[in-house]
Amino acid sequence: MGFLSLLVLIPTITIIAILFTKGKEQARLVAAIGTGIQLVLAGILVWMYLSERSAGNTAQMLFTTDFVWFANLNIHYFIGVDGISVAMIALTAVVLFAGIFASWEVEFLNREFFISLILLSTGVFGFFISLDLFTMFLFYEVAVIPMYLLIGIWGTGPKEYSAMKLTLMLMGGSALLLVGLLGIYMNSAPAGQPLTFNLLEIAKVTIPIEAQRLFFPLTFVGFGVLGALFPFHTWSPDGHASAPTAVSMLHAGVLMKLGGYGCFRVAMYLMPEAAHEMAWIFIILTTISVVYGAFGAIVQKDLKYINAYSSVSHCGLVLFALLMMNQTAMDGAIIQMISHGLMTALFFALIGMIYGRTHTRNIYEMGGLMKVIPFLSVVYVIAGLASLGLPGLSGFVAEMTVFVGAFQHADTFHRVVTIIVTTSIVITAVYILRVVGILLLGPIKDEHFTHLTDAKWYERLSTVALVLMIAAIGLAPLWLSNMIQHSLVPVIQKLSIVTGI
Amino acid sequence: MNLNSFLLMRHEIVLVAVALILLIAEIFTSPQNKGRIRGLAIILFAINTIIGFFPATTGTLFGGMYSTLPIHVIVKNILNIGTLIVIIQSNTWLKNEENKNKFAEFYIVLISTLVGMFYMISAGDFLMFYLGLELATIPLAALTAYDTTRNQSAEAGIKLILSSAFSSGIMLYGISMIYGMYGNIYFDLLNPAIAMNSLTVLAFVFFFVGMAFKISLVPFHLWAADVYEGSPVNVTSYLSVISKGAAVFILTVILFKVFPTISDLWQKVVWVIAVLTMTIGNLFAIRQQNLKRFLAFSSISQAGFLLLGIIGGNEMGMTSIVYYMLVYIFSNLGAFGVISAISNVSGKENMDDYNGLYHTNPKLSLTMMLALFSLAGIPPVAGFFGKFFLFTAAAQKGFYILVLIATINTIISLYYYLLIVKAMFINKSESPIPYFKSDSMTRLGLAICIAGIVITGFASGLWEMITKVAFGM
Repeated sequence: MGFLSLLVLIPTITIIAILFTKGKEQARLVAAIGTGIQLVLAGILVWMYLSERSAGNTAQMLFTTDFVWFANLNIHYFIGVDGISVAMIALTAVVLFAGIFASWEVEFLNREFFISLILLSTGVFGFFISLDLFTMFLFYEVAVIPMYLLIGIWGTGPKEYSAMKLTLMLMGGSALLLVGLLGIYMNSAPAGQPLTFNLLEIAKVTIPIEAQRLFFPLTFVGFGVLGALFPFHTWSPDGHASAPTAVSMLHAGVLMKLGGYGCFRVAMYLMPEAAHEMAWIFIILTTISVVYGAFGAIVQKDLKYINAYSSVSHCGLVLFALLMMNQTAMDGAIIQMISHGLMTALFFALIGMIYGRTHTRNIYEMGGLMKVIPFLSVVYVIAGLASLGLPGLSGFVAEMTVFVGAFQHADTFHRVVTIIVTTSIVITAVYILRVVGILLLGPIKDEHFTHLTDAKWYERLSTVALVLMIAAIGLAPLWLSNMIQHSLVPVIQKLSIVTGI
Repeated sequence: MNLNSFLLMRHEIVLVAVALILLIAEIFTSPQNKGRIRGLAIILFAINTIIGFFPATTGTLFGGMYSTLPIHVIVKNILNIGTLIVIIQSNTWLKNEENKNKFAEFYIVLISTLVGMFYMISAGDFLMFYLGLELATIPLAALTAYDTTRNQSAEAGIKLILSSAFSSGIMLYGISMIYGMYGNIYFDLLNPAIAMNSLTVLAFVFFFVGMAFKISLVPFHLWAADVYEGSPVNVTSYLSVISKGAAVFILTVILFKVFPTISDLWQKVVWVIAVLTMTIGNLFAIRQQNLKRFLAFSSISQAGFLLLGIIGGNEMGMTSIVYYMLVYIFSNLGAFGVISAISNVSGKENMDDYNGLYHTNPKLSLTMMLALFSLAGIPPVAGFFGKFFLFTAAAQKGFYILVLIATINTIISLYYYLLIVKAMFINKSESPIPYFKSDSMTRLGLAICIAGIVITGFASGLWEMITKVAFGM
């Protein structure tokens, strides 16, 4: 089976184990143990990956396992990882682990909650290790569908509407994606040779340009919906606002990254010519995403809506950076994915904790929280500073790399959009500082809030873990970018033939 | 020809034997022991299903009127499994007081429709095909009118018999034109002879319309909803799964075997009909409150998806259709099984009645959710694989736009399947259906469906097996 398959197997076993638990205590304990093992596995994977690379193994994908599934269609269960997937897996494991602790107190149907949450993560892990388009698509859908129940049953506010909107929009994206993938499959080999879903094999052939023109937009938009590409981002604010804490964390932190990851791993890697041709359309769309998302966050009153719009802006930046198609910008895109994943998970965890105490998410009904719950407030400020790109935290590294990369293009179009996108730094600062000012500083608005208690042990555990990761990337970004750089080379090579950079 | 060659018709012969044994048992059982016939029927049919899997000889009979190929054996086995599930599921319903004196008829009529379908599947010429079709349809009308005490059931029976008589007439007209032009009705002989001319086109259209009535493709679907709603739940499930599956299979065979020379034409027709069927079936399903009617419309749109396999027009298409049939049997019978279990206990069939079902009957709700997700094509359950392969078959011929329309339709269908999931899991209810323990037969039927839904997708061996024989077509 191979080591990597454990990443899918462990969550599956955890789900089955939870089925046999009795009572709230047992269920959450099993969930915590299962995701804890998963976190350890992810750690071992990072270590194994680094030692393998330092031993001089330069294969594009490591730890591959190939298992024929549907032989005559050439569908394989083909898995393997490179630096990017390892980083994403580590991110997922951290966020999932933190998410379990953030939802420690779920009362209503708590077994079902943990089962759905871990099922979702199974899909995410599977997606990141898949190198076969069929398996990848299968895991992609597994990751999306539990969201419906998670938001619909345990959500708040207009949860039924949001759950339906989110599920249908994301599945709509996967409908486009399916056609795109089938199109790639049908062009995956020269006439007469067996077609394949194998990502690495397809990368060796050049898909005819006419086919690329047809299927690149389908694939890119299909993944882009999950990456909150304007104008398909509307599921994100509603969905995130209605979702329970852990789900918002996983969804904004990890699931939205599936979009960006798929965009470069499948769409741009396999169809570079069309990517180059059509980049300008999507660059414009992502520019709108970045700026519009940031402006959207300024006017919101609900903490979760603020963060959801901020996610639209940050994820837009990921896609924007990918479309710049040079080494620096794409490095930045990957770092931004990880950085945003950690930061937004931290945000949503904090919002959940604050909401659990104050029972409101409206920033105008709160104030002066710094005086009553200093620990949570300080962590909130740290998350905010990471989001606006303060040096020393992960956001700075990511955004800096992206903007430097983007500015390497000398033509007017790229210059203009880069300048427009750069303004988002300022806008981000505005909405972050606004929230910090209203929410944490100033007088205490409601006297009930004076009795609030600060973070409990499990809350401290999950937030501190995330803060440490954010600071680690911010202070020593080199290990992360080393890990990524090597893995981006094949993609960049294919792109550079077309773009001439 | 000797006695041995009759073994080619093993599936049909065993079925007839089962029907006859049940008939004789019915005569010789005293009224107080009548209940045992139900158990006997299940056992006999299970034996029949197992016999179906014994290695079969292949060949033709009656000068090519009847043929047995490996693909036929597989399809017959699939239909056997489906019918076995229907028979198991209907056990509880047949126990009712009003059915006390007539359940032997139920089995016999049911089995004779299945015999008809088997002959239809194995048909080598239009005559055998037509005979099988009628044998499959006319007893079905008796089944739909089985609830003699309900007006709706009688109405369903009369609607079915009238619309199928009408469609048979149209189809026969088309077949007679073919006979008039080419002088024979054998599929193998017609294959090279069929040429593109206006009379052939007319004949094809008549034939296709007749079949479209049977499969209830849009715009020939209007009878379906009323008939499905009026019939007893178990008959509805039989109608929408088994009888539809058999008809789709034979339509595929005839299109591939008899009309390949005018495939440009029928691909266009199938294209349009597929889009209409998927979309209209879906849009009507959204508005339904009665779950039987709801599943009726959803099964109309499912037939539209099957047309994607037909339009593929090659081995891949054939394989994906047979495979999807198998998946569809488990998924749809799973959904119908839950509906029938609930309707037997509480008589409730509306979506609102299912509010809060998860809190009182978690296992039934989970089964229903699995079945619905499989129908919607959500991984990792079997429906995903089935739909994916159908789409691949159509994409192979370059019908990407059709595939796109189909995938968008799966999203629409996901919406209304989620409405039921929402009712069961999310909605609150003042008076939910109280907890009940379903009897062992209901549970057995559902267990088979769940196993099928979960395993069929992952077990690539099944797919390979079907592929192997589909290439022999």
